[in-house]
Amino acid sequence: MAILRNSLECCVKVIGFLALLACFAPAYAGTKNSCLDCHTALPDPIGVTQEKFAQDIHAQKGLTCVSCHGGDATADDPDKAMSRQAGWKGKIDRKQIPELCGHCHSDPVYIRQFNPSLRTDQLDQYHTSIHGKRLAAGDTKVAVCIDCHSVHDLRAPSDPRSTVNPVNVATTCSRCHSNASYMKPYSIPTDQFANYSKSVHHDALAVRGDLSAPTCTTCHGNHGAAPPGIDRVQNVCSTCHVFQAQMYEQSTHKAAFQTSALPGCVVCHSNHGITHPTDAKLGNGPGAVCMQCHKPGDRCDRAREELLGSLNRLDSAIKQADQVLGRAEASGMEVSEARLAQNQARDALTKARVTMHSFRNGLVEQDVQAGLNIAAKDLDAGHRAMAERNHRRVGLGISLVAIGMVLVGLKLYIRQTGR
Amino acid sequence: MATTDRGLVTPGEQLSKDGSRRAFIKVLLGGGFLASAVAFLYPVVRYLTPPKAIDLGGDSVVAGKVGELKPNSGKIFRFGSRPGLLIRTAEGDYRAMSATCTHLSCTVQYREDLREVWCACHNGKYNLDGRNISGPPPRPLEAFDVQVRGDEIFVRRRREA
Amino acid sequence: MSPLGNVRNWLEERLEWDDLIAPLRKKTVPVHRLSYWYFLGGITLFLFLIQVATGILLLLYYRPGANEAFESIQYIMTQVQYGWLIRSIHSWSANLMIFTAFAHMFSVLFLNAYRKPRELTWVSGIVLLFLLLGFGFSGYLLPWNTLAFFATKVGTEITGQVPIIGQSTMVFLRGGEEVTGATLTRFFGFHVAVLPGLATLLILLHLLLVQRQGISVPPKIEAEWKTNPAAKKEMKFFPNFALRELMAWYVALGVLGALAAIFPWNLGVKADPFSPAPAGIKPEWYFLFMFQTLKLIPAKVWFVDGEVIGVLAFGLVGLLWLLLPFFESKQPLRPRHWITGVATFALAYITGMSIYGHLAK
Repeated sequence: MAILRNSLECCVKVIGFLALLACFAPAYAGTKNSCLDCHTALPDPIGVTQEKFAQDIHAQKGLTCVSCHGGDATADDPDKAMSRQAGWKGKIDRKQIPELCGHCHSDPVYIRQFNPSLRTDQLDQYHTSIHGKRLAAGDTKVAVCIDCHSVHDLRAPSDPRSTVNPVNVATTCSRCHSNASYMKPYSIPTDQFANYSKSVHHDALAVRGDLSAPTCTTCHGNHGAAPPGIDRVQNVCSTCHVFQAQMYEQSTHKAAFQTSALPGCVVCHSNHGITHPTDAKLGNGPGAVCMQCHKPGDRCDRAREELLGSLNRLDSAIKQADQVLGRAEASGMEVSEARLAQNQARDALTKARVTMHSFRNGLVEQDVQAGLNIAAKDLDAGHRAMAERNHRRVGLGISLVAIGMVLVGLKLYIRQTGR
Repeated sequence: MATTDRGLVTPGEQLSKDGSRRAFIKVLLGGGFLASAVAFLYPVVRYLTPPKAIDLGGDSVVAGKVGELKPNSGKIFRFGSRPGLLIRTAEGDYRAMSATCTHLSCTVQYREDLREVWCACHNGKYNLDGRNISGPPPRPLEAFDVQVRGDEIFVRRRREA
Repeated sequence: MSPLGNVRNWLEERLEWDDLIAPLRKKTVPVHRLSYWYFLGGITLFLFLIQVATGILLLLYYRPGANEAFESIQYIMTQVQYGWLIRSIHSWSANLMIFTAFAHMFSVLFLNAYRKPRELTWVSGIVLLFLLLGFGFSGYLLPWNTLAFFATKVGTEITGQVPIIGQSTMVFLRGGEEVTGATLTRFFGFHVAVLPGLATLLILLHLLLVQRQGISVPPKIEAEWKTNPAAKKEMKFFPNFALRELMAWYVALGVLGALAAIFPWNLGVKADPFSPAPAGIKPEWYFLFMFQTLKLIPAKVWFVDGEVIGVLAFGLVGLLWLLLPFFESKQPLRPRHWITGVATFALAYITGMSIYGHLAK
């Protein structure tokens, strides 16, 4: 009897110990995330896989589902895990997303723990944006944080795979802004992305990888996204195109455009589909912009012709010098010095095309003249090289005559002396 | 290659013809040899004369003369096949660097008002050491060593090409 | 006594001049319908002398060294008076010389001039041909432009393919594992000191042998002269043949001058070892037939690397070519037809492969 009681006691103790162990087991097995345990296997839109969540920067910093959604990640029982008592918020209402993100991201003290240089004014900026204002007015179609930044696999903007990496920003914006049916209620065009894709800026950024080139957010802002406004377009462009803006400031167009409420640079260069400008813009054929407003034969038309004439003169002078230098090079003459100087002439032409934005032929002529001087010197160098080439041929001719004399003389001598 | 048989010709005529012919050949041959010798030796003699422009090799170049640049000004000079920028700072000393912008290869210039190196194309800025400090340029401008010898300003590359 | 007679007396008293030049006085050149081929050797010698002269002139301004070579040649082409002429003549003469050397070799083959007792003349000549190719290969690198740099890289790489000794030979040639400024210095040393020294010795030997043995007559003509002794014709070397040789040399000079003035040699672009090799790198034309052959050999033949087979094959052919005269048996005509056949095939192969290599991408 005592043995039986002893063994029973022993068993109870063991089972009890094991049960106790089972309670603490989850703690020993690492941070338990019962949310992922189920949601990994669930289909979209409520499915979140472990691989996907592992990419998320919040997960990497130690935050979990509970940080945003509330609930109890240690409970396996869905009712317990997703209970209101545990603070479970369920799917966050779109109108509350900015505030939810802002709860941490607008708290400098909190963010300092993770990345002291991260900005914390995104929420404030968002409130000033078109998206923010419309959201406040009740429109849930507009973009909120997760639309641009993604969610559950959110990456830092410096990550090339991030939806808000500069190279990818335009594609992200276009998800809504190029969707004609989605944008139907709003009275704005949906061709921005299509136009931008043809632009020099897109080519620089997405094709050549030049991260200094602008994308949507560069001109419109990111969190405080809004169009710059007609009277502010010039300021935006002038952050990079300083010289052109300075010229434009001096021109008559600035005042004229302001009075007529025309959007500055955009009038001639377009806003999204900015292609590489050519001198044809100053012409009166396809691609000409001046004649959009000016009448043929009026004072401005004549000024336009003068401007175009100046640029064309320098362009053809450079081409002429290039041609002669090319001929000289093909004849074997060394003209690398002049070729280098041609680059300076081309720089002068580029400068003239920039100064053009003052629409003052006097200023343009200065740059054109500087370029013409260089091109003239190079043309001269080319002519001198060709003259030297001819000089060499003459020298060759003389020596061939001398050689010919010897050959004839030798032949005759041989024949005459019978050798 | 054998002698030609002149056949029946009056000896006297033959001799005088031969005589003048021989003289002609002598003149032709002698003149030809002399002319060809001159044609060959003239270029060689000119070649042996050292040219005025001295060859410093590819690493060094005379960028300018002392007194050519006022303080706080710059000038573009040729360095091999690329442009270089020589700056005389406001304090009077010289700096030199590559003048090809590291963004899209425009030629940079020295801005007296900013006391910085500026690229007109997209507003890129570099400081006087060539370091890119603002705007699109991704890399600094290659800096060169400057040496003033006599009244000439020599610029040379810092490392072997 | 004439001034020339005085000089002769002076030399006779000290050097026994008459005895010394007696063989030259006696030297004759056979005259027949194929005699014109005899000029080729002399023309090659003339072009070699031109190379030595222009080479020495170039040495006055050229600087070997990765950071100076290209610029020094640019200086020669642009700043030095008639530098363009001297340099272009040097480059053109190099190519013409190799062409005439090959032509001379083939004419010797087809005229059967390699027969006993002239085997050593042939051997020294073939070694000279190899030296000339070495001159071409080493000289080509000296401007240190992109084409030269990569051609040298490929060429020395192929040398490295030879089994056992290939790798160490390649390192010896390159002055290291890779083609660098050290390679340039080394090639410069080969080009201006080692090769000229060897070539001079061999040329002297070659000329001495020709002097001692006289000029060979093709067997067919020999046979004709045997049956008809009256048809045999000869010409004294001094001054008859020498005058005609002089004419040939003047023609060569004229051709060189015209080529140098109308088609000056270009500079190219300075070599940048860190940039990738340009597409379609080819060696100079005289290596094209070997290069194209190597390109056509499949990557692997049985279990051996295709390039190794190619390199070994050319090595073997080169060796056999060197020893060609010794394969000729005592029997007169039949082996000669065999050798003529081989020579014809070789000429056709070299010409065909060179054209193919030039046209191929």
